[in-house]
Amino acid sequence: MKQLVRMFIVVFVAAFALMYGVHLLNSSEGYAGSNTLTIYNWGDYIDPDLIAEFEEESGLKVIYQTFDSNEAMMTKIEQGGTTFDVSVPSEYAISKMKEENLLLPIDHSKLPNLSHIDERFLNLSFDPNNEYSIPYFWGTVGIVYNPGMIDGWQIKSWNDLWDERLRNQILLVDGAREVIGFGLNSLYYSLNDTEEAHLQEAKNKLASLTPNVKAIVGDEIKMLLANEEAAVGVVWSGDASEIMGENENLDYVVPEEGSNLWFDNMVIPKTARNIEGAYQFMNFMLDPEHAARNAEYVGYSTPNKDALALLPEDISGDERFYPAPEMTEKLEVYRNLGKRMLAHYNELFLEFKMHRK
Amino acid sequence: MASQRTSSRGWKWSNVYLIAVFVVLYAPIFFLTLYSFNSGGAMHDFEGFTLDWYKEVFADTRLLIIVLNTLVIALLSSALSTILGVLGALAIQHVRRRRTQNTLLALNNVLIVSPDVIIGASFLILFTIVGIKLGFVSVLLAHIAFSVPIVVIMVLPKLEEMSSTWIDAARDLGASRTDVLTKVILPYIRPGIFAGFFMALTYSLDDFAVTFFVTGNGYSTLAVEIYSRARQGISLSINALSTLIFLFTIILVIGYYFINQRGNRPPGTEVQQ
Amino acid sequence: MSVKSRNLYLIPYAAWIILFVVAPIALIVYYSLFDIEGKFTFSNYSSFFTPVYMRMTLSSFWYAFLITVFSLLIAYPAAYLLTRTKHKQLWLLLIILPSWINLLLKAYAFLGLFGTYGIVNAALETFGIGRQQILFTDFSFVFVSVYIFIPFMILPVFNALEKMNPSLIDAARDLGASPWTTFRRVVFPLTINGVKAGCQAVFIPALSLFMITRLIAGNRVITLGTAIEQHFLVTQDWGMGATIAVFLVVIMALIMVLTGNRPKREVSR
Repeated sequence: MKQLVRMFIVVFVAAFALMYGVHLLNSSEGYAGSNTLTIYNWGDYIDPDLIAEFEEESGLKVIYQTFDSNEAMMTKIEQGGTTFDVSVPSEYAISKMKEENLLLPIDHSKLPNLSHIDERFLNLSFDPNNEYSIPYFWGTVGIVYNPGMIDGWQIKSWNDLWDERLRNQILLVDGAREVIGFGLNSLYYSLNDTEEAHLQEAKNKLASLTPNVKAIVGDEIKMLLANEEAAVGVVWSGDASEIMGENENLDYVVPEEGSNLWFDNMVIPKTARNIEGAYQFMNFMLDPEHAARNAEYVGYSTPNKDALALLPEDISGDERFYPAPEMTEKLEVYRNLGKRMLAHYNELFLEFKMHRK
Repeated sequence: MASQRTSSRGWKWSNVYLIAVFVVLYAPIFFLTLYSFNSGGAMHDFEGFTLDWYKEVFADTRLLIIVLNTLVIALLSSALSTILGVLGALAIQHVRRRRTQNTLLALNNVLIVSPDVIIGASFLILFTIVGIKLGFVSVLLAHIAFSVPIVVIMVLPKLEEMSSTWIDAARDLGASRTDVLTKVILPYIRPGIFAGFFMALTYSLDDFAVTFFVTGNGYSTLAVEIYSRARQGISLSINALSTLIFLFTIILVIGYYFINQRGNRPPGTEVQQ
Repeated sequence: MSVKSRNLYLIPYAAWIILFVVAPIALIVYYSLFDIEGKFTFSNYSSFFTPVYMRMTLSSFWYAFLITVFSLLIAYPAAYLLTRTKHKQLWLLLIILPSWINLLLKAYAFLGLFGTYGIVNAALETFGIGRQQILFTDFSFVFVSVYIFIPFMILPVFNALEKMNPSLIDAARDLGASPWTTFRRVVFPLTINGVKAGCQAVFIPALSLFMITRLIAGNRVITLGTAIEQHFLVTQDWGMGATIAVFLVVIMALIMVLTGNRPKREVSR
């Protein structure tokens, strides 16, 4: 009994000592202050130096939290109990959040730097007139591949994936819309298609792809492709540029049948506390010099045309990541298909996953 | 004795087996430790030896805060859930009717069965309805909640193995109810209590999904932080951090054990034969 | 004595049960009756009894079964050998220790170890066996899952073995039993409660693995957990997710009832 009591005392003392330690660390960082800005963003999606610079310029203390999926982020914001001032959802999440009244409208007059954004990326279907969101990064969905592992073959289209030469060589991202989407694209349908006949066609075509699919994975796809575990991967363009940075043997292509154009935009959640601070931050990020540095650090494509002009030629001229307007015309933004249809897409994807035995 | 006879012949095989188990168990840990020194920046192609990642760990205050948070939650929740779990095991054991007992057991185990996602989601709803703000308190409550069942499971078999004649004997010798509890029952089930505590610690340290759902306002634990950072590929500073935690824990465990050995009867030898 | 003390013990425990077990279950059942658009319906349940989910359930059961069996096969001898060491509590703690390192990190370590250019394959090559596809196979999935669940199986078995009176083994040997018969007729039945506790602690969570199915098995293995995670986190179809959860709870209850603890006795049979 004594030993038990002793153990419990040790545990409680240790715990309280640690709590005190946390308190010390927190105050040393100035987190106990009230002039704070809470940002909720994707992991590793901002140059840390920019945060430090912003803190200096504005005098605000930034609490930076990260998430790894739109759904998780939406659940957190929806449930309340959180006070994020700025968040960076993807375009389809923004249309969902609009529907559920989770966002505050944005007053453009408070964002003078908004003029630097390329008009191509404004006023898109998921947020007409950018009432609720400001572009942050954009990109495409495409195929990253290792020509050396497949005898120098240059992949150009979705339909190339079904080729026998790629048996057990393909990694796919674990995303229903991405996979069903390229299934539809390979049949020259829109990736927002909701016609049941087309969806079944896509599902059956995808089922025939399974011998070529090695695995369906999440973020680890970057590590796997860089390690040459597989020759081909279907990924987002941002991931592709990271992987290519790790392994020079890889190349990226946006397939010719068409693909997805995605956006991550800044929004102000309804539960924001420091709205002025949110505007300050967004304006700060829209400054061309900051946007350029951010683009260089994160490696994704910036929608800021004046920032683009500041980037080195080998980045801004790279058509794989900054495709010409003719190409972007062919790409589609995800439309919010409604809960029922989305559930259906996910069902089809689940069936696809199960088919793989 | 039979055990000694076989042990001289079987010595090699049984030791080989145990060693093999340990090797496999620790292989990934050593892998992580090895690459924490990699100047190459990734968990492949070991390039050169460096301590940079360790320096990065100590410079990252936010990470350190998170580690401390994780430890606080783990220690507190394990301690509190152990107490609650022991009470629960005692409660279940005292119940007379078989059916009530099995029902209680089934209810107890629900949280172990349920996928973390469901536990997290349902707790989130619960907390929102009750009005608890998300942060330290909600995470602590959630961890206590899901650790209790495992404590019960660890303690209950010990309770059942204990012969009731001891309690009767103690009462006959004039022990009060508290004495029976503290001097007979608790010492007997102590291994179960320790086992329960450590399992609870394990559950808490490793938990991601439940914590993710019920945390907020800047409060984060290590598991949640690592999952968030996995997006860009795990920085080797996490490897360094893990290695440090691991070393610290080993020293703690071995140290605690040998301190205990000095003077006390070795734990595990209860009132015998 | 028993009536009073039972009430006291029950109070905090019952409070915990009501708050954190009954309430969430009720919430889950409640949610399972709503479809994705919020209408009250039983359609989730009818969706569950379709080939996709039935296959998934069988697949989950099969893998959970495999994982449990292999965990037991590996953990039992290990636990037994542990009871014969000098510092058994220490070794036990050392076996549990690896499970305190974050799961995601260990999974990434396995990705590195089992990768095509990883250490295991390098060893296989030097031994002339040649590189194998280890990742994204059933083998690696079961292997890593067993790796994760081993501590949960070793502990209860160890506790049970510890409690067993060693002179019983000697008695059996003296009476002429072979080591195998001793094990089969004396040791194993006496430790059956520990084995059961271990199996419960492994089988049931193994039904809902989802991180490992993605990381190590590359979604070649789909468990009920995968589906639940998708419904809760991606589709936001909490109704369907809750329905699967309900079935998991029912299955768990059945297993508990079927393997319910018999009245305790000192020696079995």
